[in-house]
Amino acid sequence: MPLRIAVVGLQGDVQEHISATRSALSASDIDGEAFQARSRRDLEDADAAIIPGGESTTISKLLHRSGMDGDIERMASEGRPILGTCAGCVLLASAGDEQVRRTGTELLDLMDMEVSRNAFGSQRESFETDLHIDGIGMFRGVFIRAPLITRVWGRCSPMGHLGDSVVLARQNNLLAASFHPELSGDLRLHSLFLGMIKE
Amino acid sequence: MAKEIVLEKLRHGTELLKRGFASMQKGGVVMDVTDAAQAMIAEEAGAVAVMALERVPADIRAQGGVARMADPVKILEIIDAVSIPVMAKARIGHFAEAQILEVLGVDMIDESEVLTPADPHYHIDKSKFTVPFVCGARDLGEALRRIYEGAAMIRTKGEAGTGNVIEAVRHQHAIMGAIRALMGRSEQELFQVARDIQAPNELVVEVAKLQRLPVVNFAAGGIATPADASLMMQMGVDGVFVGSGIFKSSDPERMASAIVEAVRGFDDPKVLAEVSKGLGDAMPGINIDTIPKEMQLQNRGW
Repeated sequence: MPLRIAVVGLQGDVQEHISATRSALSASDIDGEAFQARSRRDLEDADAAIIPGGESTTISKLLHRSGMDGDIERMASEGRPILGTCAGCVLLASAGDEQVRRTGTELLDLMDMEVSRNAFGSQRESFETDLHIDGIGMFRGVFIRAPLITRVWGRCSPMGHLGDSVVLARQNNLLAASFHPELSGDLRLHSLFLGMIKE
Repeated sequence: MAKEIVLEKLRHGTELLKRGFASMQKGGVVMDVTDAAQAMIAEEAGAVAVMALERVPADIRAQGGVARMADPVKILEIIDAVSIPVMAKARIGHFAEAQILEVLGVDMIDESEVLTPADPHYHIDKSKFTVPFVCGARDLGEALRRIYEGAAMIRTKGEAGTGNVIEAVRHQHAIMGAIRALMGRSEQELFQVARDIQAPNELVVEVAKLQRLPVVNFAAGGIATPADASLMMQMGVDGVFVGSGIFKSSDPERMASAIVEAVRGFDDPKVLAEVSKGLGDAMPGINIDTIPKEMQLQNRGW
C-alpha cells in the first residue's frame, strides 16, 4: 500500500510541504503520496499528517471549527506520525506563553513542551541560520516570526538547538520544528519524518 | 529569548524570508482595521494579518484630499493589540514613509494606490528593505515590474473602497489569462511578450515555466461578502484582503468570521450558503461606471 501523507490544508504554506514531501518520497524511493487535507474525511486513512506554517491563531480556529483537531489527536494517540512546523509546532505543544493564552489559541496538547509564540519579534527579526540537528548534522534553519520551544519535559526530547533554546523536538511519533524545513530545499527532515512512519 | 543568540549575526531580510512570510499568509484573510478594538475583532475572527490604517478606503474615497501613511501612534497601538502580523500602507514611491514603517516594526508594507502617490516616476526600490512588500497590479506586466523591484507578494488592485468586486475580477482574469497565454511559447516569443508588457525577460520566462506568479498572489479591492471571497479564491488567488468590507458592514464580527470561513471552504457552496446567512447589510458600495476615470484608485501607479 502506498503511504498517504496528509498536509493539513486549512491555511499556510501547504503546497510547499506537499512539494517537499513528494520530493522526499521520491528521493527515498518510497511509494507514497502527499495531499492537501481540507476536511475530516481527508484524514481518515492518512498514514501521517503535517501541520504547516501559517498563523497559529487562524489554523487553531479552523481546526476547531472543522472538527479536524479531534482527528489529529486520534492520529497521534494511534501512533501515526505528525510533524508540525512553525505554527504547527505551536499547536502540538501543551503549554504556551502569554500571546498564546491571550489569543485563546487552542493547543492540541500533544507534546510535553511549552512554546513561546513569535519569540524573536516582528518579520524584521526573521532570519536564516545554520543549525545542528541530532542525527542529521548541519541544517539550514529558516525562521519566520518563529516560535521557540522554551521547555521540554516527560517523553519529549530536544533534537535541535539555537543557542541554548530548543528549535526541534521529538516525542515518539510526534515531531515539532520551530523553523521551516519545507522552505530551505533540504529534504533530510522530511525524510526523517517519513522514516518515522515505518518505525 | 535565549541570551546567546546574537540576532545581528543572523541573516535577515533575504528573498526567501520575504517570500516565505508571504507564503505563510496563504489561505488567509487580511483585514483593514483603524484601531486596537477592530484589530482584536479581526484576530478573534481568524484573520491572518491586519492592515493598520487611519481611514478605510471607503472613507479615503469619500473625504478626498491627500491620503498619507498612518500616524505611527495608530500603527503602534495596533501592533501592541494583536499577535498576528500587522501590515501598513506607504504611498507609491514614498520610500521615506516605508523606512518609517520598517522601523516601527510592521511585518509587511503595502505600497498602495489607496494612498496618494508620492513619486511620478518610480515605485519604491523594495529590494533595499528588510521588511517584505505587497504591491497591487492590474495585469501581468505590472505584477512583474513590482516583483522585479522586490515585491514579495502581489495583490489585484481591484477598485478599493467600492465594495464592488468587478475590478478585482477583471485584474485576476488579466493576470491569469496572460500567464496561460505564455504556455508553449518559444524563447523568442517570450522575449517579445516581455517587451510588449514592459516586464523583465527573466521573470516572463520564469512565469511561463511555473504557470503562476513566482510570489503569492492575493485578491484585493472591492471584496465585501463571503461570496466575493469565494469567487476570487475559485479564480485561483492564494488569499484575500478585505478593506472597507468588514467594518463598513452592519455586523463586523460576523462578517469577519464569515469571510474567514468562506476562504477556507471557498469551493463548497454548502459552507458558503451557511456562512452567508443573516449577515446583515454589507457595505453599500459604488458602481464603477459612476466613478470618473481620474478618481479611480487603480489608475495610480504603472
